[in-house]
Amino acid sequence: MRYNEPSPLEQMIISYRFDLPNSTSIDTYLANDGYVAVKKALAMTPEAIIEELKVSSLRGRGGAGFPTGMKWSFVPRNTGKPTYVICNSDESEPGTCKDRLLMENDPHQLIEGMLIAGWTIKSNKGYIFIRGEYRYLIEIVDRAIAEAYERGYLGKNILGSGWDFDVYTHTGAGAYECGEESALLESLEGKRGIPRLKPPFPAVVGAFQSPTILNNCETYSAVPWIFRNGGAAYAALGTPKNGGTRLMCVSGHVNKPGVYELPMGFPLMRLINEICGGIRNGKKLKAVIPGGSSSPILKAEECDIPLDFDSLAKAKTMAGSGGLVVLDEDTDIVAVALRTIKFYAHESCGWCIPCREGTTWLKKILSRFHDGGGLQSDIDLIGELAGNMLGRTFCALGDAAAMPTAAFIAKFRGEFEAYLNKSRSTQSVPELAVV
Amino acid sequence: MADPVNFTIDGHQLQAAPGTLVINAAKQAGISIPSFCYYDNLSLQAACRMCLVEVEKTPKLQVACTLPVAEGMVIHTDTPQVHQARKSMVEFLLTNHPLDCPVCDKGGECELQDMAFRYGAGFSRFREAKIHVDEKQWSPIVFYDAPRCILCYRCVRICGEGLGVSALGIGNRGAAAEIVPNRGDHLECDECGLCIDICPVGALTSGTYRYKTRPWEMEHVGTICTHCSNGCKTTLGVRNGQIIRANNRDRSGVNGEFLCVKGRYAFDFYDHPDRLTAPLVRQGGELRPVSWAQALAVVAKRFSEIRAKNGKFGVIGSNHTTNEENYQLQKFARQVLRTSNIDHHRTGDVATLLDALNGRSNALASTADLFNINAALIIDADLAQEQPFLAFQLRANWRLRKGHVYAVTPGPVREDNYATTVRSDFGKEFDALESLRERLAAESELAILFGAAIRGEDVRRLVAFGDSLGIPVKYVALVDYSNSRGAADMGLLPDLLPGYRPVSEAGLGPGLDYDQILAAADLNALWVVGANPLSRQTLASGDAFVVVQELFLTETAQRADVVLPTFCAYEKNGTVTNVCGDVQKLNRGPKTMGPKPDLDIIALLAREMREDLGPVKVDHVFDEIRKSVHGYAVPLGIIETGGAVQAVPLNGHIQIQSRPELIRSAGNTLYTSGTLGRYSQMLNSVIEAPGALYHDPHKAPVVRKGSVQVETTEEYR
Repeated sequence: MRYNEPSPLEQMIISYRFDLPNSTSIDTYLANDGYVAVKKALAMTPEAIIEELKVSSLRGRGGAGFPTGMKWSFVPRNTGKPTYVICNSDESEPGTCKDRLLMENDPHQLIEGMLIAGWTIKSNKGYIFIRGEYRYLIEIVDRAIAEAYERGYLGKNILGSGWDFDVYTHTGAGAYECGEESALLESLEGKRGIPRLKPPFPAVVGAFQSPTILNNCETYSAVPWIFRNGGAAYAALGTPKNGGTRLMCVSGHVNKPGVYELPMGFPLMRLINEICGGIRNGKKLKAVIPGGSSSPILKAEECDIPLDFDSLAKAKTMAGSGGLVVLDEDTDIVAVALRTIKFYAHESCGWCIPCREGTTWLKKILSRFHDGGGLQSDIDLIGELAGNMLGRTFCALGDAAAMPTAAFIAKFRGEFEAYLNKSRSTQSVPELAVV
Repeated sequence: MADPVNFTIDGHQLQAAPGTLVINAAKQAGISIPSFCYYDNLSLQAACRMCLVEVEKTPKLQVACTLPVAEGMVIHTDTPQVHQARKSMVEFLLTNHPLDCPVCDKGGECELQDMAFRYGAGFSRFREAKIHVDEKQWSPIVFYDAPRCILCYRCVRICGEGLGVSALGIGNRGAAAEIVPNRGDHLECDECGLCIDICPVGALTSGTYRYKTRPWEMEHVGTICTHCSNGCKTTLGVRNGQIIRANNRDRSGVNGEFLCVKGRYAFDFYDHPDRLTAPLVRQGGELRPVSWAQALAVVAKRFSEIRAKNGKFGVIGSNHTTNEENYQLQKFARQVLRTSNIDHHRTGDVATLLDALNGRSNALASTADLFNINAALIIDADLAQEQPFLAFQLRANWRLRKGHVYAVTPGPVREDNYATTVRSDFGKEFDALESLRERLAAESELAILFGAAIRGEDVRRLVAFGDSLGIPVKYVALVDYSNSRGAADMGLLPDLLPGYRPVSEAGLGPGLDYDQILAAADLNALWVVGANPLSRQTLASGDAFVVVQELFLTETAQRADVVLPTFCAYEKNGTVTNVCGDVQKLNRGPKTMGPKPDLDIIALLAREMREDLGPVKVDHVFDEIRKSVHGYAVPLGIIETGGAVQAVPLNGHIQIQSRPELIRSAGNTLYTSGTLGRYSQMLNSVIEAPGALYHDPHKAPVVRKGSVQVETTEEYR
């Protein structure tokens, strides 16, 4: 089911089954183009499949936006080791809730996408790594997997191809860090969820020391459509180098928050005004966090921008995981900054010094600031500490904490300065579990 | 060998093999890149971020400890950006650090202090409350103070990778992350304390050393451990003539970073309250303290009387006294007492091995060889328990050089985790060896380490087996105790002179051996130096005059007529020879009053008997050994400066009477060390890790008597 009314402006190619009755069942899926793409792919060579993906300009939907076709092409074949296909459904970026809908409403689409990946690298095993808090989704996905086995889409000799493929679900234990691909692999292998040294990248040395395709849930879910309709058709939906559509998760101060499937490059202001019904209570827009909480904030005047990887990168922020947080004029940016850094301090795995100590220190300064104990010097210190973390941490979590913090200070310095005269904030920021 | 890579660091044009890490490549040019988590021979972490450097054409700072040099790479380690990064890392580290340097054990030898001094900020901008966690005691000898911990994971890695014990892991996350024992609240491990040594800060502290002194108040005396035969260098921290700690301070010994529980903690026997400090002479049936002059006069008089009547002497030497002492003792026995009745507790059949090798060169493995050889075979030994450093070497060889290890043992051993093992009862080893023949013959070279169960003819059979493989084979006859090998080399044998020369060269016939001496009902005098034969055997001669040189009133000393208190190895100068033949120097640490070194006692006795034994001073005796004992012409410069040189006393065929029944292993484990171990309170207090000598490695830990044990969970109690 959906949690919001669809918009007529949406271009539903991976979410169009969401509204069908019994959308998770294999019968519904088969009656609506299901497992057509995999049959096509089974007749194709790996090179042709990768070429098709390259033509589609599909880019990783997890946040980094790495071209999927290229990623698959990095996986060495015939190394003598087994290969793995892993789905990252550890969706934990604040503001993001699309993988959940994809698994909740259309798990077979995901399985079919993984099948095509598996066939490409002749893998025999796939894992769907599902966020610990999404435990209830496991039942849905497991049921879909069982159905796929029953109908011969998983298991031995799939569709007479002589190729075997198994898919398993696996839950995380509730760590944001395990959404980082190498930490996910550690967790999957039963170890502590900390990132690995790179290189080697998972394509070469991934799960169980073997070559691995590791993509986001939404990325795999887009693959069947591409093979049914052709890479060129998918690319045509978006902007150059940003093919296809994307599930935009809009939250915050809009009238109609929700998940909307829109072509890449859809203008941000049209999304807010035409799809989400504008800012609630007739307020003015103050800012937008465009790609999950780790993306630097955009001020209202910067929001006239198309939503694709390259345009947002040019604006020194990022499309990230597609989680947009819209903030109205009444929003207390200091409270937003504190809430954001609390999350990262809570989720830092502690492996490297700058992230472990930096996030905690920033949290403590911002807490004091928020409670009315701020000093003029704190403002520069916050910016400097964020700078000391940026680009120096082991994995991207440190950057994810530092980038938005630096942006809050840079773009809303006035709000921080105004705080120096306040006794404490009027907006409370909930405490997270003990850190 | 691939072509070297050319690169530039701070303007120095350098070359290195491909794959060399920048942090190591920089050392060539004398450039030190700071790091906490990088440690030679342990896995790469890139966690501390101290080693960030600038690499041209790369936008972000790069981590030098994981970055291999590449052709044309231009690296800068001395730029404002790099300095700023280092300073910021130290600042981050210090935010939650308690800064309790004034009372911290590590103060003065702490890497965090050094880094803060060199790269850090003297001014703190951290105004917030620090995270405090109470200190934890994980075992009687390992304490952990989480706030001081910088999470470099060296301890976790040395325990897991280095030792294969994996007692430590990481708990919690983020700023609350800390090192935790993998068994809940306590350690089940070898209690080796390597984690303490390797800790760059004061997070891991030693139960026997903590809060006792400041490092700079101690004199650091590098000497050789007196417990097992592996000959690890241990550095004694001596303050006011007393040992405060033993550790592996400069890692300059054959043992590198290794030390076991005995080398690190079991020095405390030396000031046990039962330690003898004055000579004892039996008067009216009781041992009473007398002066040295009186005691020596009594011994000299009785020895002279017995010699004058052509009486029967028996001399039992030690396998933990120095080479010099052993050499002078046999000289005293043969020259002054005119007897060949001299022996020691033989714990491995060294003589038969040397005979079987018949003078061939390059057939004895040194401790360094065990790391460098491509394959090793262990027979009848629980190496991790009995020969812990050799076990560490073989594991390092397997881990870092991909060396192959084979083990033929009667019960489970730790090497099972990585070695090719064959279970075989004592006496059936050769069947097991045959089953490995093909694989062993396919190796390019092999080191064979065999325990005391292989003795006499079996040693010859083993060498024949080695020869039949058609590859170069080196051997190690595993022995116990710190100078077992030296005792044999120095001629503490009834039929062999120093260097395994036949006793006939001294104009003597073969004498009584160890068992025969004890069993001789007509024995007139028994002189025991640093041994305790009566703990397991009885003395047949009821009226023999017994002289014992000992640290404690052992079973043998209790039977003595005169007991002469001696120094232990930590109080002596001299040389010892380890299981692999590596000769190393002992240096005197504590200044104990009362006892004397055995060498001085032997010299004083000779003087009292108006006999000339030649040189008196340690160095002069060693000089004579170097000149006269085959294989001991070792370079003095290396020995004197604390190095090790392998002595190879191979000397053609050796005329040894095969007495395999005299070869008896002491059966010492990690937590026992003969008499010395009995008087080490620390050794008796530790919780013994599972898996002692051929026992099931999965069994519960052994709690030793008098344990100062920590709270343990019910499950493991």
